[in-house]
Amino acid sequence: MKRRGLFLLQLGFTLLVCAFLVVPVILSMLAGLTVNYFIGVESGLTLRWVMEVWNGYRETIFLSIGLSLACLAVTLVLGVPTAYVLAKRQNALTRTLEEMLVLPVAVPGLATALALIVTYGSLSGFRTSWAFILVGHVLFTLPFMVRSVLAVLSAIDLKTLEEGAASLGAGFWPRFRDIVLPNCRQGILAGSLMVVTLSMGEFNMTWLLHTPFTKTLPVGLADAYASLRLEVGSAYTLVFFLMIMPLLLALQAFAKPRPAKFVAEETE
Amino acid sequence: MTDAGTPLAIALTNCAKTFADGTKALEPLDLAIHAGETVVFLGPSGCGKTTTLRIIAGLEEPDAGGKVLFDGVDVTHLPIEQRNVGMVFQSYALFPNMTVAGNIGYGLKIRKVADAQVKARVSEMLAMMQITKLADRRIDQLSGGQRQRVALARAIAVRPRALLLDEPLTALDAKLRDTLRLEIDSLLRSLGITAIYVTHDQAEAMALGDRIVVMEHGRVAQIGKPREIYQRPATRFVAEFIGTMNRLTGAVKNGVFTCKAGSLAWSEAPANTTEILFRPEDIRVAEGHETTGLQGKVAAAFFLGDRTRLFVEVGEAQPLVIESTARRDFSHGDAVGLAIDPRGLLVL
Amino acid sequence: MRHEVRRLILLLLPAGIVFAAFFLLPMARLFLIGGSGKMGWAAYTAILTDDLYLSSLVSTFAVAAATTAATLVISGISGVFLQRHKFPGNAALVAMLTFPLAFPGVVIGFMVIMLAGRQGLIGQVTQALTGEKLVFAYTIAGLFMGYVYFSIPRTILTVMAAAEKLDPKLEEAARSLGASPWHVLRDVIIPGLKPAFISAGAICFATAVGAFGTAFTLAAKINVLPMVIYTEFTLSANIAMAAALSFVLGIVTWLVLAVARTAAGSSVAAAG
Repeated sequence: MKRRGLFLLQLGFTLLVCAFLVVPVILSMLAGLTVNYFIGVESGLTLRWVMEVWNGYRETIFLSIGLSLACLAVTLVLGVPTAYVLAKRQNALTRTLEEMLVLPVAVPGLATALALIVTYGSLSGFRTSWAFILVGHVLFTLPFMVRSVLAVLSAIDLKTLEEGAASLGAGFWPRFRDIVLPNCRQGILAGSLMVVTLSMGEFNMTWLLHTPFTKTLPVGLADAYASLRLEVGSAYTLVFFLMIMPLLLALQAFAKPRPAKFVAEETE
Repeated sequence: MTDAGTPLAIALTNCAKTFADGTKALEPLDLAIHAGETVVFLGPSGCGKTTTLRIIAGLEEPDAGGKVLFDGVDVTHLPIEQRNVGMVFQSYALFPNMTVAGNIGYGLKIRKVADAQVKARVSEMLAMMQITKLADRRIDQLSGGQRQRVALARAIAVRPRALLLDEPLTALDAKLRDTLRLEIDSLLRSLGITAIYVTHDQAEAMALGDRIVVMEHGRVAQIGKPREIYQRPATRFVAEFIGTMNRLTGAVKNGVFTCKAGSLAWSEAPANTTEILFRPEDIRVAEGHETTGLQGKVAAAFFLGDRTRLFVEVGEAQPLVIESTARRDFSHGDAVGLAIDPRGLLVL
Repeated sequence: MRHEVRRLILLLLPAGIVFAAFFLLPMARLFLIGGSGKMGWAAYTAILTDDLYLSSLVSTFAVAAATTAATLVISGISGVFLQRHKFPGNAALVAMLTFPLAFPGVVIGFMVIMLAGRQGLIGQVTQALTGEKLVFAYTIAGLFMGYVYFSIPRTILTVMAAAEKLDPKLEEAARSLGASPWHVLRDVIIPGLKPAFISAGAICFATAVGAFGTAFTLAAKINVLPMVIYTEFTLSANIAMAAALSFVLGIVTWLVLAVARTAAGSSVAAAG
């Protein structure tokens, strides 16, 4: 069977790719729990490195969590209305706006960060606060929120639904609250997970935007990789994985759209 | 008056609509709709019927100079949410985030009606539309016909001053359309509400309308009772859009119309008539012993059970359509004599 | 209706203000500063005239192009395979392949170290087999490996989504006409996936050109453009040059994405 051979070949290849992605993750988790990785797991398992990370870097963890939640709040406030407008009016102007919003993602984070520093770096109160990093994260994550909500809003017949609500007497705000928001919660949820995950892991901009007092988790990771022993770096990575794993799993679960139900016509 | 508020008289004066891209959807239109009547806007797609409905609803504003009056009050610039009209959309526009009951009660909730009263009214509506058992279903668990009923119930629940229906049956299959047409008809009669119904289906228009407004290219072609529209169409467009129309071309001389298929005595024929129009029910195939002035050849015969639809070649651009109830087998090429009832003849 | 337009503008305003104040304005400033250094506006052409910058541009493009090619081949094979064949464990494989989607560049650099670093798996295996320890994490090969690692998850998702929309009847029709699996691949599957390949490839390329975290973790002597910019900014304090280079880098990645979008005819989702 030629087809069977082809199937096995492809399966084998895919398993190899999986191994490429997954093996280092497992290795690093293991390394974070091993007494001496150079000797191997035989040297015994320990939580010593994790504790070391916790003692040395826990502020970075809290800052990253706080930052990502603040980022989520801002992107919700800015992104959902934007997505609504983009869904409502699809013309050259709104397409240009959408295009522009994506720029901070297309342009390397390094460039954006430099731009922010040369423009606002002299406002020292702002420069040294975590809000400076927040600005970068919002620019970078906003398009994901907008696109995620916009995708859902474009898939439903928003215009007619709103007209339906208006015909029943609902003005703009009741319509927005009762019809628009509930019907795009799927997109808001997916967008929120994406925003939090990306904000947690953002490094390209943050490395330039941070100060010694505003170190985020990825900044701490880079520190640890550069200056500490492999086991500590691994333990730190392990902590990071544990933090974003639930988010990534949730993202995967929500990425799949619900299949439409078939409803038979009633017989009369 | 069982259910609705006082019926509303609607008037449009000089209402035109040009869209942002420059398309002229509606030529200046004047129209008076009496309180309590059902008016059907009929026409092919793009004729301006939906635009007119949306202007009445408050979903579009007419071009400057146009006015919409509700009981004599100018509502031209009032958005739909302040007009208190009920609307049924072609796609139903049911809210997927609410149950059936939630949809029906939404308009009342917006009006800040007390919960108990909302509940009572919703049950009343569910019972009226015979969908009580669907109250807690989600919208995506409903069939097309059920959705249609929910949409109607939702529009009526708020006791609107007028009910606006935009092709409400188009999304349904033929059989269900017939059933629901009947239901909508009796519903409108029992409510006594002013209703405007948009459709491209002439059978629906005939069945439901107290009056029909036939539209073409953004203009009103004719306004009248169904019978008038059918029997006395004002224009060729109306004549051909509604029902089937046969056509013979020729000339009149001394009360006799002569065409390629022969001649026909018609004493009332206007002078200079070059074309006569008539419905399939006004022409029949002559019996064997009859002599007639008109002859043709059967081009096709479709046996439909209760009758046979004949296409008869008479040397015109289009064959004549004849509904024959005769218990007779026709086959391609048969020569037939044709008799036309002169009372059904039209000249446009 | 005019009222509605006003409302829509009002809804756009918060995002618009934030975006203008924190992106458009800084970018304009970056552009001006790029031309304000010792070299003046020539800083913008230095990337082509200065040997150091030019060589880093070439190696940046080379590693990005190699990443794109490798990622497309790998994700193309596995993505189409996983979409076409539903077998027990399929979902688990998809989950594993897309799981690293949001790993930051620094972490991916560390994954490369775990595989090809001094204490890495590849080194241990090669030492056991040949007695020679293979370590390449800190070279351009390591960077390439990291970028491929980074790009596979999102590319597989794009390919799978496109393969799902591919009508299986086309393939059946081709087979009914006598096409071999190879012909089906060449004449039906690859043309059908072309838009997805173009858009996913553009994202791979743009990300690889602009990424910084992975190179930073692997550090050492990798001479790619983002590292050069970083060095100019921090070590040489040559802000004008860093600004000019990063502005050019931004234009290049944006152009790649824009051209790909036109070519693919559909919207190219942005990279992470």
